[in-house]
Amino acid sequence: MAKQILLNNINVPGLASYEVYRKLGGYSAVEKTLKNYTPDEVTAEVKKSGLRGRGGAGFPAGMKWGFIDKSTDNPRYFVCNFDESEPGTFKDRHIGQLNPHQLIEGMILGSYALGARSSYIYIRGELFYVLRIIEKAIDEAYRNGFLGENILGSGYSLDLHCHPGAGAYICGEETALIESLEGKRGNPRIKPPFPAIVGLYNCPTVVNNVETIANLPWIMNNGADAYAAIGIGNSNGTKLISACGHINKPGIYEIELGLPVKEFIYSDEYCGGILNGKKLKAVVAGGSSVPVLPAELILRTANGEPRLMSYESLSDGGFQSGTMLGSGGFIVMDETACIVKNLLTFSRFYHHESCGQCSPCREGTGWIEKILYRIESGKGSMKDIDLLTDIAKHIEGNTICPLGDAAAWPVASAIRHFREEFEDHIKLQRCPLSK
Amino acid sequence: MQNNKNNTEFNSETLSLVNRIINRYPQGKQKSAILPVLHIAQAENKGWLSAEIMDYVASLLDIQPIEVYEVASFYSMFNLQPVGNCMIEVCQTGPCWLKGSEEILAHFEKRLGIKPGETTADGKFSLKTVECLAACGNAPVIQVGTEYHEKITIEKADELLEKWQAENKCSHTNPYF
Repeated sequence: MAKQILLNNINVPGLASYEVYRKLGGYSAVEKTLKNYTPDEVTAEVKKSGLRGRGGAGFPAGMKWGFIDKSTDNPRYFVCNFDESEPGTFKDRHIGQLNPHQLIEGMILGSYALGARSSYIYIRGELFYVLRIIEKAIDEAYRNGFLGENILGSGYSLDLHCHPGAGAYICGEETALIESLEGKRGNPRIKPPFPAIVGLYNCPTVVNNVETIANLPWIMNNGADAYAAIGIGNSNGTKLISACGHINKPGIYEIELGLPVKEFIYSDEYCGGILNGKKLKAVVAGGSSVPVLPAELILRTANGEPRLMSYESLSDGGFQSGTMLGSGGFIVMDETACIVKNLLTFSRFYHHESCGQCSPCREGTGWIEKILYRIESGKGSMKDIDLLTDIAKHIEGNTICPLGDAAAWPVASAIRHFREEFEDHIKLQRCPLSK
Repeated sequence: MQNNKNNTEFNSETLSLVNRIINRYPQGKQKSAILPVLHIAQAENKGWLSAEIMDYVASLLDIQPIEVYEVASFYSMFNLQPVGNCMIEVCQTGPCWLKGSEEILAHFEKRLGIKPGETTADGKFSLKTVECLAACGNAPVIQVGTEYHEKITIEKADELLEKWQAENKCSHTNPYF
């Protein structure tokens, strides 16, 4: 059993209640930290731990905190990004639903480090049933003196609130999230300035993912060195992987970074192999936006090394032969899955979710969806394949936010690794895999 | 018009919830409450946002109506046309598609005699396709109000439909309660 930081108590009945969480040692990190650490020492500890942002980008969390502007008297804000919407990703819901106090404890620690007095958990609107669980837990934390005025007599005060989104993937992009939290359309902002300087209400702000924040209590309890000892290379700690698709045991697994992909897919401890004994065809390893890899490249790198579940190993070979750890949304496809159709659903998704500010993304995602629909329904021409590559290339890097890249990468990678399957659709004038 | 307006207004319990929500944001930043308050307004208004109810939300938040319209039209959870009493939302993104969401959608279409975006003639059901609901491990997934129903099969879809028909299910309830 791998080291468990986030899921070790997840099956304890009543974990979502203050009493059970507290009995299991919950909120001890807040007690310890408010007593023994200055805010800057907390930031230093998180920096030293090597914890990287778990929302997808993998940016070092402590470094992001280090950018916050503490030079003015303006309020500072700490915001939790609970807009989990990247297809294949369903890990944050698991924490929010079953262990909300660990998230709240992490919010208190992060807010203290940054000097925030009001913090928000921005949760996607579809998850109102999770919002209600978290709000109940927040009430309990207030009643027990872990939120509100003068927490544990430390002189530090914090208010924490939930804020629902309303169905917009783009609000998972941190500046769009801030716009949305201000009561506007979720249009990403041009950066710089970054939120650490000009964020919520034009004040210094840090936005972190749920899983990132839920790691903080463990780090403060056990120390940065203990955290950094887990994992491999620059991939410290554990990672939640939400596995779905054609596997025997879909679900949320906490792995120590560095686990071989092969073990993750085939071991009974994790995915338990491919459904119905079928053959593995392809994997989207880190949420819909990362490049899809065929079986041979997800199990081994182009150099023949075993591929590991880590930031470095999954991206080994660049986009030519590698992919990204991303959000940990692990989508497995067996030999019966049509790469073109799966891509069409992703491209429809990105078209639907484009905010419309930048023309390459607004127009390009629509064109991609149309062309893929044409190919999938047997009406495509060979020229369409290169046209798709060309459109993807013109979206990538030409938009305000990374949604454009996220829309382009799946298209480019599907054609790179499965070009023949596109050609078969065109030659046969139908989907070769449809029943 | 006066009558209409009175029908639009929230009762005191809902108003006190709205005021609690507004107080979560710094003074003068009450516009931040727009998404939560629109969720409540939509539930109170049979599942959709009419111009009247949006104007009312604007007055509650002391902002211009256009600021509400431009937000309401951006977010996919807000319906700008009337919908049925019970709205069934079927996820259609990759992971759900891999596990048979197209068959589930086709089944709902057949049973209800409507396509996505439509409402049954008796006004009881609406069907809507939605993008990833972030519950892919239990695909296929549908949403009704604030409930998720996961690992949906044809049999389970039938069971749910019969249950909803029998209880005259309304999916537009205040999401905070």
